[in-house]
Amino acid sequence: MCLAIPAKVVELRDGDQAVIDLAGVRKEISLALVDDVWPGDYVIVHVGYALQKLDPGEAEKTLALFAGLAASEAA
Amino acid sequence: MKYVDEFRDGELAKTIAARIAIAADPDRTYHFMEFCGGHTHAISRYGVKDLLPPNVVMVHGPGCPVCVLPIGRIDMAIDLVLPSSQEEGAGNNVTLCTYADVMRVPASGGLSLMKAKARGADIRMVYSAADAVRIAREEPDREVVFFAIGFETTTPPTALVVKQAAALGLKNFSVFCNHVLTPSAIAHILESPEVRELGTVVIDGFVGPAHVSTIIGSQPYDYFAEEYRKPVVIAGFEPLDVMQAIEMLVNQVNDGRAEVENEFSRAVTPEGNAKAKALVADVFELRRSFEWRGLGKVPYSALRLKDEWAAFDAERRFAMTGKDVPDNKACECGAILRGVKKPTDCKVFGTACTPETPIGSCMVSSEGACAAHYTYGRYRSAA
Repeated sequence: MCLAIPAKVVELRDGDQAVIDLAGVRKEISLALVDDVWPGDYVIVHVGYALQKLDPGEAEKTLALFAGLAASEAA
Repeated sequence: MKYVDEFRDGELAKTIAARIAIAADPDRTYHFMEFCGGHTHAISRYGVKDLLPPNVVMVHGPGCPVCVLPIGRIDMAIDLVLPSSQEEGAGNNVTLCTYADVMRVPASGGLSLMKAKARGADIRMVYSAADAVRIAREEPDREVVFFAIGFETTTPPTALVVKQAAALGLKNFSVFCNHVLTPSAIAHILESPEVRELGTVVIDGFVGPAHVSTIIGSQPYDYFAEEYRKPVVIAGFEPLDVMQAIEMLVNQVNDGRAEVENEFSRAVTPEGNAKAKALVADVFELRRSFEWRGLGKVPYSALRLKDEWAAFDAERRFAMTGKDVPDNKACECGAILRGVKKPTDCKVFGTACTPETPIGSCMVSSEGACAAHYTYGRYRSAA
């Protein structure tokens, strides 16, 4: 039920709507729950709504953590 | 896919597994509850259990909204739409819109929403709450009821469509609200006799919710770390996220720490999504008590529409009355949702109860502990 997927915003439309690209599949979703989202940003999409914007820097830090690197080494 | 594939890398999984194996003290056992069904699913699907040392044990939690929805609530929805069960026949022009997960949950009398639909009830699966509003606009002669279910992840969209419907002046749209709250469920588990007195359920820490936390933030869990001295590590739903969180929990236990740590920092902040939280606070208020399958009546654990939005509250609009319906006697969903039993402890698991013919709700949703184990783990446990 809480399933949500990271998807790239490719186009902004009227009424807080946006088009996302998910490995080639495009779909219109709502950005009404988030602020400051632009084409190129990744958002977490759940039941047709973006819930949060993904932070690329934090994602890099987490990947570095997996690999056993200190966050400073990954930056 | 970006932000997916790199969080499923098998080689990195082995690296994290090796670190957990070194960190885990062989002289003790670690029990961690993954609250969310999303985590339960990831653990089963990717075989995370096989990468953990035998003394690191995962306990499934109740974080599957379909699983914890009691039979009575489904019965109430069916009563609204199934013509034959309508004493006054008022339900004939009602269209019930619901997320697909709810369709196959067993209700009373051998029914489910799916079977009610087959008997002629107008029940439609929707991808989004917005679809329910669209149906209400397109079909003004129908009373469109949105069967709203889910934790904090799913609640903001429902709040949004209530406001939208009001702005559009829709008179034929309402919400049957079943939204529930994660922190109250965690508190209820920590207060349960199995954890506090009997010691039959040992919990040394929690893998905290992923997408719920994108909305509510990491702050609501501070209470569990401080009051109950239980470490919480918020984790994403990808397998490496879960592994990393387990490593962080092992380290916290070893160090004698009980803190809230955030592994899912790419999407979760301490405050969460302020816009979404404000919307939810505008539209909903706490219910004094709500029944959860497995947990019973949990105080202040669910939401309902505020008086201001009463016109959009299906329970008030159709004078729907609550029902207490016991679970099937053979079904162990209740104990499984409390972490007391495992799917394989249930007599009907994989025999009478399968994803095609579920007896209990945990076999319905792919996030349910039984469905996850049936789909990905049943042959392993038999071996």
